[in-house]
Amino acid sequence: MALIDLIDVRKSFPMGDGELEVLHGIDMKVERGEFVAMMGPSGSGKSTTMNILGCLDAPTSGRYILDGQDVADLDRDELAAIRNAMIGFVFQGFNLLPRTTALANVEMPMLYAGVKAKERHVRAQEVLERMGLGDRMHHDPSQLSGGQQQRVAIARGIVNRAPILMADEPTGNLDSKTSDEIMKLFQELNEKEGITITLVTHEPDVASYAGRVVHFRDGLVTSDEPNKAKRGASA
Amino acid sequence: MIPFSEVLKVSFKALMANKMRSFLTTLGIIIGVAAVIAAFAVGRGANKVIDDQIAMFGSNFMYIFTERSAVGSSTPPRYLTVADAEAIERECSGIEAVAPVVETNIQAVYGAANWAAEVVGSTPGYSVVRDYRVEQGRGLLASDVRAAAKVCVLGRTVADKLFEGEPPVGKVIRLRTVPFLVIGVFETKGQAMGGWDQDDFVLVPLSTAQRRLTRNANTGRVGNIMVKGVSMKALDYLDVQISDLLRERHRIRPGQQDDFAIRNISQILDARRKATQVMSILLGSIAAISLVVGGIGIMNIMLVSVTERTREIGIRMAVGAKAADIRRQFLMEAVTLSLLGGAIGILLGMASAHGLAKVMESPPIFGAGVIALSFAFSAIVGIGFGFYPAWRASLLNPIDALKYE
Repeated sequence: MALIDLIDVRKSFPMGDGELEVLHGIDMKVERGEFVAMMGPSGSGKSTTMNILGCLDAPTSGRYILDGQDVADLDRDELAAIRNAMIGFVFQGFNLLPRTTALANVEMPMLYAGVKAKERHVRAQEVLERMGLGDRMHHDPSQLSGGQQQRVAIARGIVNRAPILMADEPTGNLDSKTSDEIMKLFQELNEKEGITITLVTHEPDVASYAGRVVHFRDGLVTSDEPNKAKRGASA
Repeated sequence: MIPFSEVLKVSFKALMANKMRSFLTTLGIIIGVAAVIAAFAVGRGANKVIDDQIAMFGSNFMYIFTERSAVGSSTPPRYLTVADAEAIERECSGIEAVAPVVETNIQAVYGAANWAAEVVGSTPGYSVVRDYRVEQGRGLLASDVRAAAKVCVLGRTVADKLFEGEPPVGKVIRLRTVPFLVIGVFETKGQAMGGWDQDDFVLVPLSTAQRRLTRNANTGRVGNIMVKGVSMKALDYLDVQISDLLRERHRIRPGQQDDFAIRNISQILDARRKATQVMSILLGSIAAISLVVGGIGIMNIMLVSVTERTREIGIRMAVGAKAADIRRQFLMEAVTLSLLGGAIGILLGMASAHGLAKVMESPPIFGAGVIALSFAFSAIVGIGFGFYPAWRASLLNPIDALKYE
């Protein structure tokens, strides 16, 4: 059974008198351990799909089976619990809490998971060290470079041991060298830790790190193929 | 659910990030609570002083004394006499007791012990008017006064100083050279304000005092006349009755000034007590208004804070914060603000109560109840006015919140 299964997902937004449908029936499956890139021009529906995948938004119709559970009809708090347990987010703008140390930022998801203070501390430290930020733990985001901030965000995304990491243009604010580093990090997490990754990007270069690329256009999936020219971690 | 301590930590951190703003926001609460604390402490202190004074004089108390410097009078004043006192008791209505009084300071001697005591010559009415109760033996009787008996009733202090634990009743003390039989001892009334000892006196029959201890035997002259009315209300018309009666008795013509003065002590004190109450109510109202304004200030700043931190709310929601978590966080911030304000207000209130008390010449009285109540009130203000912003924060949509610039 697929980890993620979207079945004829539609999404419309109220617009003036009527409604504007932006997803016209998306069908998409993601298996456990996959690394999927979602591509498409702006307005293609990839971000809306990503929001639904991330349980930040609910579809207007259709079904979304996440790890065997239909989440389309869950309420806000139930979705929050699922996000907390199953999904880590990495955003273009990093979205770290300002004036809050890297360590505290990484501890935050565990706070809402009810993890005890001491364990939070130990786990956050571990993950940050793995991200190569052992000496930056007590720095505020403003004292960190873009790449470092994004690594803190990734640490925050995986610290709760969520099986899925969702990244929305994670390299959009980074230079190409740092982008490569971040993408290799994703690849490593995917290959070594078996974390399922879905990634939204409009850069083919970034998408090339994924094992599979899904193209969106006008609210529909136009192509869904394995990435034959996948860049290796060594590339 | 996140443990309380964690929520508190997060809230405290958020407030410390904006110290100046947090402080200014709490100012309303600080002033409100300070006003409550000060009003209660000063009000209670002032009431205590007045209550003490009322206890000292006795209730429904007034007294009449000779006005020596009556202006525009060619004749010297007629002094108040025993006959005046008897006339008042006989002819005025609304009287519970009358006590004509002569006072003099005499060394009291018992054996080797001696003590400079205030000797009060009066009638049985004295202990009624002044609310003294007999503890041992008996009080003065009308027959003692009629017979000019050489008997006395001791105040507690005098009994202690002269007898040092020996039972005084039945013993004989000397006032000047005159022997007096101790027939009773009064119950202690303790110290009045200013440390004045209300038990430091010896009561003897008026007639005996006039004949043996002062030189007013023939004139019947007394120092003053004390009156106890049946009620506070009775004092109103007693005032007029006594004035009319004494003018007639002293043959004062219309237009001429009184040669006596009446002090309506209980009414003066009562008026003072009411003034204190008015002041307390006034300060209390300021406090209430200030607390409400302070609460609105908190609500205002929390609404600003929620808007400013929309993105933070979005991030927290994305990583799994439930609506209740967000609500609790912002509510806790508001309550922390108002409780901090309350704590500062309590300290400030205590300080200003001490300052005010100096002006009012009554020490403030702090009650644990009032302090607890102010603290609880600050918490209620925090919850009451913090709820709406917190509720708004919890309703934010995570997607919109994350996109918020």
